Amino acid sequence: MSFFLETLLGGLMSGMLYSLVALGFVLIYKASGVFNFAQGAMVLFAALSMARFSEWIPQWLGMDNLFMANLLAFAISVVVMFTVAWLVERLVLRHLVNQEGATLLMATLGIAYFLDGVGQTIFGSDIYKIDVGMPKEPVMMLENIFEGGILINKEDFVAAFISALLVVALSIFFQKTATGRALRAVADDHQAAQSIGIPLDRIWVIVWCVAGITALVAGIIWGSKLGAQFSLSTVALRALPVVILGGLTSVPGAIIGGLIIGVGEKISEVYLGPMVGGGIEIWFAYMLALMFLLFRPQGLFGEKIIDRV
Amino acid sequence: MTTANILLNVNSIEVIYNHVILVLKGVSLSVPQGSIVALLGGNGAGKTTTLRAVSNLLHGERGEVTKGSIECRGERIEALTPADLVKRGVVQVMEGRHCFGHLTIEENLMTGSYTRNDGKAAVAQTLEKVYNYFPRLKTRRTSQAAYTSGGEQQMCAIGRALMANPTMVLLDEPSMGLAPQIVDEVFGIVKDLNQREKVTFLLAEQNTNMALRYADFGYILENGRVVMEGAAKELANNEDVKEFYLGISSGERKSFRESKHYRRRKRWLA
Repeated sequence: MSFFLETLLGGLMSGMLYSLVALGFVLIYKASGVFNFAQGAMVLFAALSMARFSEWIPQWLGMDNLFMANLLAFAISVVVMFTVAWLVERLVLRHLVNQEGATLLMATLGIAYFLDGVGQTIFGSDIYKIDVGMPKEPVMMLENIFEGGILINKEDFVAAFISALLVVALSIFFQKTATGRALRAVADDHQAAQSIGIPLDRIWVIVWCVAGITALVAGIIWGSKLGAQFSLSTVALRALPVVILGGLTSVPGAIIGGLIIGVGEKISEVYLGPMVGGGIEIWFAYMLALMFLLFRPQGLFGEKIIDRV
Repeated sequence: MTTANILLNVNSIEVIYNHVILVLKGVSLSVPQGSIVALLGGNGAGKTTTLRAVSNLLHGERGEVTKGSIECRGERIEALTPADLVKRGVVQVMEGRHCFGHLTIEENLMTGSYTRNDGKAAVAQTLEKVYNYFPRLKTRRTSQAAYTSGGEQQMCAIGRALMANPTMVLLDEPSMGLAPQIVDEVFGIVKDLNQREKVTFLLAEQNTNMALRYADFGYILENGRVVMEGAAKELANNEDVKEFYLGISSGERKSFRESKHYRRRKRWLA
């Protein structure tokens, strides 16, 4: 039983990290109808920026306060991600207004490779560590319920808490503020949004900025677990089935989808793996996504495709 | 018309789509403050293009104004963005309603106030005013717009434009796809808004009969040119307009093979 719970919790934790990446997809899709392939590259870029600046700043300023260095690096990384957002709008999206979805998709694919490359040119291509002072030591829990208890990383709890906070903030932003409403309006019909005076260029910059911040948070959490390295950008591909499962337009869907996939991967690997020879973890998410595409294409919580007849 | 109170002036504009397709071949019109001006004509005559040229929504459709000028209160407006124009009080209600399907009716209306910066109280007041003009919207305020009827969506689209507190609304085919009774209702409200709120309307419409009944002045477009203009009453009594657009002809039935008719019609298209 305690082994099962540990597997379950492990799944939940990795699922939560998928959720954070999926969240970035959902944000941009919601506001511009663009499926942003560059989200993974943005996570990598943000993580590299965070890792390197927190390393460089103490050298430049000659201080050894870890907290201050991290804070400054975070602030600089936010500025970096905002700049990326602004450049993407200026140089790419602005010129592709009203183009086909496939054109925009290809454009984001281009942005993804560009960010991957440029990020490593600027920040280097080694594995860098991000140390934001997350508690690393594991704790034993529920010892009095099971024999031996279960082993959990404190770090995972902190990460879960931060993601939850981010999700609540984003939901409020989308549902309650005028800008959030404008973002949803643009997602529904960007011509109509334009006709009532919502400036598309500004809206796109805003949404890419928000996606940049989620990428930064995801990058920091992943990075402090695995180190900031190139493999982070491929994490985005793991998050693809998450958005299909949760629904491309739903913020809570991205979270719950991520958790389901994280847990499903781990549990199927541990319990079904031995029967079929292992390796389930790699394709499980995609199979699940395929089933959803067949039977519920809008995902668990996605906006229903409304068609008047 | 005196030139003193002209709100919108369009001077022989030419519009080209995709760099090659010439759609407007020199359209001129002027809209006096506080009036309802109708743009009439069949499919492809250039009504929508004219409105889009004014509201600067052409760019997204790969069109551009290549000749002529458009002035709002004497100020050239071709180079402005749609958002700038909304801030100056000119809003377009697009053909085919274009409500935000997943937003509720009230959220739809509230998006219309995006460009305003005169405070929440003023916006709430405008919302109340819109609900007064469109009581149906108030009853449907929490439903998603995609689930409301065509008439309600049209009202929502007009209400949304009103939320920007416009001095002029460009209204593109409000009658499209609506039951005659609803069309009457919508036009009645437009007239009301015009008289009580002093909103100026430039209205593109295929339903010539209905438009001429409510408008003050009309322009008839054919093939990207203005072929006739005049006070709405005069147009409604004009023999050619009656025959070509209102389907009323004097005397006995005419055959389309009759050459006289053909020549008369051809004069319009020249």
